[in-house]
Amino acid sequence: MAHSAVITGIGIVTAMGVGIEASWRALTDGSAAVVDTDRFAPYPVHPAPEIDWSEQIPKRGDQRQMEAWQRLGTYAAGLALDDAGIKGDETLTGTMDMIVAAAGGERDVSVDTMILGEAAAGRSDTGVLINEKLTTELRPTLFLAQLSNLLAGNISIVHKVTGSSRTFMGEEGAGMSAVQTAVARIRAGQSTHVLVGAAFNAEHPDMLLGYEMNGHLARGPFRPVAERASGEGGGLVAGSGGVFLVIEEAGHAKARGATIHAAIGPVAVDAGEADGTQARLESLAVEAGIDEADMIVSANSGALARSAVEKSAAARWPEKSVRAIANKTGHLREAQFPLAIAVAALSIAKGQPVAPLESAEAPANDAPGAIGVIALGHQTAEAMVRVATPEPTQ
Amino acid sequence: MSAVTDKAGRPLIAITGAGIVSPLGRGKTENWAALTSGRSGIHRIARFPTDHLRTTIAGTVDFMTAPEDGSTALTYALAEAAALEALEEAGFSGDFGGPLFVAAPPVELEWHQRLALDAEGAALGESEAGYDRVLAAARAKTHPQNSGNVYFGSTALRLKEKTGARGLPITLSTACASGATAIQLGAEAIRRGEADRVLSVGTDGSVTAEALIRFSLLSALSTQNEVPEQASKPFSKDRDGFVMSEGAGAFLMETLESARARGATILGILEGCGEKADDFHRTRSKPDGSPAIAAVNAALADAGVAPADIGYINAHGTSTPENDKMECLSLTEVFGEGLGGVPISSNKSMIGHTLTAAGAIEAVFSLLTIRTGTLPPTINHANPDPALLLDCVPNEKRDLQVTRVLSNSFGFGGQNTCLVIAAEPA
Repeated sequence: MAHSAVITGIGIVTAMGVGIEASWRALTDGSAAVVDTDRFAPYPVHPAPEIDWSEQIPKRGDQRQMEAWQRLGTYAAGLALDDAGIKGDETLTGTMDMIVAAAGGERDVSVDTMILGEAAAGRSDTGVLINEKLTTELRPTLFLAQLSNLLAGNISIVHKVTGSSRTFMGEEGAGMSAVQTAVARIRAGQSTHVLVGAAFNAEHPDMLLGYEMNGHLARGPFRPVAERASGEGGGLVAGSGGVFLVIEEAGHAKARGATIHAAIGPVAVDAGEADGTQARLESLAVEAGIDEADMIVSANSGALARSAVEKSAAARWPEKSVRAIANKTGHLREAQFPLAIAVAALSIAKGQPVAPLESAEAPANDAPGAIGVIALGHQTAEAMVRVATPEPTQ
Repeated sequence: MSAVTDKAGRPLIAITGAGIVSPLGRGKTENWAALTSGRSGIHRIARFPTDHLRTTIAGTVDFMTAPEDGSTALTYALAEAAALEALEEAGFSGDFGGPLFVAAPPVELEWHQRLALDAEGAALGESEAGYDRVLAAARAKTHPQNSGNVYFGSTALRLKEKTGARGLPITLSTACASGATAIQLGAEAIRRGEADRVLSVGTDGSVTAEALIRFSLLSALSTQNEVPEQASKPFSKDRDGFVMSEGAGAFLMETLESARARGATILGILEGCGEKADDFHRTRSKPDGSPAIAAVNAALADAGVAPADIGYINAHGTSTPENDKMECLSLTEVFGEGLGGVPISSNKSMIGHTLTAAGAIEAVFSLLTIRTGTLPPTINHANPDPALLLDCVPNEKRDLQVTRVLSNSFGFGGQNTCLVIAAEPA
């Protein structure tokens, strides 16, 4: 391949705070995670921080047209573009490619509750009831705040990113494929600069319900990721947030004098049967060059079965400290792999390791030269990538 | 033998398998016979009650799964049928071994599932109907049978198992351009040298009451319910919205070099793809049409051809007042007044708008147009819109041998994707 990919922009909004400086403080100061154990009890949730939306979404009309996940994503995308020095440069945003990982939007809880209530009260013509309520009670433009591709659509409108717009779906795997495709296109010369990322709103009962269909959510008091098996429930604590990266062809970044946070290697991804997971993870580790990394940042969801698989795969690297980012942010599903990459890139850029995020994580002192980012989706999909100090030639 | 690379030195991409399901039937033979005879697949909705609805017609596919199986089962069945037809035609039985790109509709729990969960919660002694009670039911036991309505990647993962596709399949949505984007992603993977062959599928079986109401609340749907077959009338003066529909389309694509090496029948060439996002509005296009124009030009440039090289345009042609006007305006900019004499027709006049699947289905029809020398008509063209100067192949098919087709897909959220499909080079 003639081209290499670097990270020149990072936008993070999670329970750790708004932006990279607040996030980095939370990753290094040993502070406790921000968790809300009351609002959705018995489920703990990492809430989004307080945000002044108008800083990245100036028009109130645009803010109103979005649901929470879209606002989080559009805001984080704005932060990443600012960080990369691209925001407002329409020559760059007009040629910028975009890959967003998204699920669907949020339902109107009051309308749903109304329908469930009338059905429970004895109305048997539920099909007619649904039509009657949905046609009269739904906000007409709510659909646009629900459609998967409308996070990307809002980023185009608010931040003028219009080179291309693709939305990948499919939980964690969508975030993995999004970054994988972005890096592959840059390495092959199909793209020069890409905005890639995702957002998730955990603070909605329908989002929690999705996880709970298969019993994945942790319940009761908050526990660190490594201790979830001894708690109630399935181990996953959801978190709200948005994460976007600007990934750029190294020469393109250099030519415009951009600050390069880190180099990002090709992303190795796979999926398949449960009993083949260990073998797949070994191949991914080789493909992504994780053996040569100094430490690991993990996108572990906390979900018990897959956490156990990840733990045994990580036994391959007993000397490497691991940081499970979910300890601080909860699980952001589509955004978790981009988040782990963002954290690794920050660590490289700062020349400092992420502090242990729970007592099970070993301390590390040296500035990491390369960090392995590993991710297992809470049900399926696996990915690994190496994030490293850029070569001097980059 | 002609070259196996294009003008840019990239591998030429052969289409060696194509599959389709639409309200007109299952498979290319059945579909093409119906489409070229101008038959409509639009009918009154029987799947769910239509009381209180402003639109009571759709192109539901009712011959694949039982209505109670729900939309995710249908979406999968449509995708599988189209994919297997493409694989079989290309001569791949068993594992085909390439990557998989699936344009699929978003999923969510269906109403019967929500109602059942609430009733389970009530049986557990929870008093108030609503999400707390539904979550209590979910906590009490797992509901893996609902997984297909929770996991957006489930259709693609099932299809991966069925077809023996390799790696993590990509599920995508670019709204009404999704099917075309799936083909584009596949083409790009081949050009990057990641795979010799790829399977790209667009599928949509998501006509539910709630989905219909959502589009209806945006005033996007036709309300001409009286004669369902005549409601979709692209480029007509009295067009008033699109008609929701269902189906799937699939392409098996591979490098021309590998197709020739294994002696496969080359159905056509995927010459170029182009896209451009619109930053104007969530549902409307920039008034000057510049993003759609840019997408068309990008596709032509990617294919290395000029507007004069295009013999026919497979329109997005939704039958909404906005789309047809903007599509005509944008194409006029590229091809000239009256679109430079290039005929253009809309498959949606017969099959309606298959949404996520549309770009893939219409790519299959574009390929069949080239292979059969027949342009499918735009039916229901009794009252032409005088503002739209174009040759829409009105009402009757036309015999015309064309070697290169432009297929347009435009969607909510500023999505514009165009494909150029051509005959095998001599």
